[in-house]
Amino acid sequence: MTFRARHLLGIESLSPSEIVTVLDLADRYVDLNRRTVKSADVLAGMTQINMFFENSTRTQASFELAGKRLGADVMNMSVAQSSVKKGETLIDTALTLNAMRPDLLVVRHPSSGAVNLLASKVNCAVLNAGDGRHEHPTQALLDALTIRRAKGRLQRLTIAICGDIAHSRVARSNLILLGKMENRLRLIAPPTLMPPGAADFGCEMFDDMREGLKGADVVMMLRLQKERMDGGFIPSEREYYHRYGLDAEKLAVAHPDAIVMHPGPMNRGVEIDGELADDINRSVIQEQVEMGVAVRMACMDLLARNLRAERGRAAVGVMV
Amino acid sequence: MMPLHLMNARLIDPETGREETGSLTLAAGLIQAIDGPTPKGATVVDCGGHCLAPGIVDWGVKIGEPGERHKESFRSAGLAAAAGGVTTIIARPDTNPAIDTPETLEFVTRRVAEASPVRIRHMAALTKGRAGTEMTEIGFLLDAGAVAFSDVFQVATNTRALARALTYARSLGALVVGHPQEPGLSAGTVATHGKFASLYGLPSVSPMAERIGLDRDLGLAEMTGVRYHADQITCALSLPSLERAKAAGLDVTAGVSIHHLTLNEFDVGDYRTFFKLTPPLRSEDDRRAMVQAVADGVIDVIASFHTPADEESKRLPFEEAASGAVGLQTLLPAALRLVHAGQLSLAQLFRALALNPAKRLGLPQGRLSVGAPADLVLFDPAAPFVLDRFKLLSKAKNTPFDGARMEGKVLATWVAGSQVYRVPGAGV
Repeated sequence: MTFRARHLLGIESLSPSEIVTVLDLADRYVDLNRRTVKSADVLAGMTQINMFFENSTRTQASFELAGKRLGADVMNMSVAQSSVKKGETLIDTALTLNAMRPDLLVVRHPSSGAVNLLASKVNCAVLNAGDGRHEHPTQALLDALTIRRAKGRLQRLTIAICGDIAHSRVARSNLILLGKMENRLRLIAPPTLMPPGAADFGCEMFDDMREGLKGADVVMMLRLQKERMDGGFIPSEREYYHRYGLDAEKLAVAHPDAIVMHPGPMNRGVEIDGELADDINRSVIQEQVEMGVAVRMACMDLLARNLRAERGRAAVGVMV
Repeated sequence: MMPLHLMNARLIDPETGREETGSLTLAAGLIQAIDGPTPKGATVVDCGGHCLAPGIVDWGVKIGEPGERHKESFRSAGLAAAAGGVTTIIARPDTNPAIDTPETLEFVTRRVAEASPVRIRHMAALTKGRAGTEMTEIGFLLDAGAVAFSDVFQVATNTRALARALTYARSLGALVVGHPQEPGLSAGTVATHGKFASLYGLPSVSPMAERIGLDRDLGLAEMTGVRYHADQITCALSLPSLERAKAAGLDVTAGVSIHHLTLNEFDVGDYRTFFKLTPPLRSEDDRRAMVQAVADGVIDVIASFHTPADEESKRLPFEEAASGAVGLQTLLPAALRLVHAGQLSLAQLFRALALNPAKRLGLPQGRLSVGAPADLVLFDPAAPFVLDRFKLLSKAKNTPFDGARMEGKVLATWVAGSQVYRVPGAGV
């Protein structure tokens, strides 16, 4: 088993074998989570702080549950209550929290790179729960686990990522992860929502959704990030739905066993047809949420092991 | 004051392209003789065969006076300049308040005389408060010593008001410095379109924004006949427009920052905010095209665009952090990278660092000729060192070259024949 990371800041810094390590461990946590008694004690006595500078219900709940099931003491800090509003800088907030000696810090921040900056200033393990348009590594890992369980493998699949790719950290982390695992990637978006450097990513690009979906094994839909748009990326939601909304008719050109994914929260009738989203034969959206808790448990477990080992080495003065 | 005889120096004359060993005699603040006899009573200095060139004229330096003296004062900027071989600073008017009245200009001019060991000349704002709507008192400001007019990085969106200011400036022969950028496209961006910006999730601008801005400014220059200088050209896309304008005989010149000649977008790495610049760092292809454009004379001026920022404003997430880097002391060693790489000769380099900016601004500096001001830099182009930002003399230490291996050390600097800097332990 290999997992050397000190922090989980992005998929970029993980090796394929580290990714497989996370997924294998997460599989075991899925089994634990399906029992009536779900508690483990691998984080017993450790403190986890969830620091969300950007509102989130789902991700924060998932991290909180994951920490609690592993026995950690979990504290949630949301931006509305924090001193950031009083003008404190990110680094001061980090140093203040660091002085309270947490072991795991889960951070979401609206600026790309903010979590990397914070991680350089604290001596606990930091998990990136989404930074700006940069990365959202646990989302990519839970998507990977969902795909592996549904398809039986995580290689040589044709995966189409559709929607607001330009503003999406989910798309970035997924592109990196699925690329590392050697899949064939397609990006489908109106050109205004395609990132400017997409041509260098080594993906096929489509602005016609039907072309892009042909023969796809996995269809990943993205949420239209209304809050990130400073106006005028698409003419209207109804035209967007007409051209880029996933419905049964467009999905018909994909592989007959293709699965449909969405990181949530969904805009039904904007990027995905409501009925299709609920179709248990095609949609794995609920499984994604379930895998999210397991993957986050696995990540925190692995980081805590590395943290303990590091502190152990420091305590006995071993040269690393 | 006794004459000074600098002998055994490798003279770098950007005007003639000459690079040969000789001597200079300085008296009364001027170069009195080249390869002349040692005058009676002169102090003789053996330059040890090192390079002696006209002092650098660094066009576009931000100094925090008035308003932000905690970042940089005339004193600290002057000391850093002297140590960097910069003998004339052309200061920017993006101060707080902006230098947009003759009174403010007179105030800073007085402060310079008290505080700085090197010459500091000022650009004034083109419009009041740099807001792009009402022109400043260009005539009075010229009388008070403004060498050029610029709203710095504030790009005017009111083209009609800008055209009027340019027309008025032309009638006085004033030089206007523009920042070529289409502000609608560049608003809120911190990186250049491309793989780097996309992977790191940073809002980015197309290099086309620079060309659109340049094309507008060149159009206005043609329309009004104003003398125009583009502060920084950083993209290959902009070069054809610049070449066309020059070929058509417009009174147009352009500069580039040393950072855009020596760094590219990937140097930002893991969101390192000391590499956040205005405009943002470009692709490697663009960087190479800019070096070639300097060699070809399409781009006339290399400058540091010295922009001091305090530590706090750089210790923020990349998008929120302050933009800009200090450069007075690193300009020469960084620029020498281009010489060591065989892309420019020393004479070509000093044409861009000293002669061209001086000529364009109507200053007598930048030359190694009899009668020219004795503003000189003596340097060893091959001396290696590792840059430690905390040893810089600027108050602000925000350099992208921290820890970089560099070659080229300033040994001594003279302004008007007086030594203003000497490297500790040097025999000069």
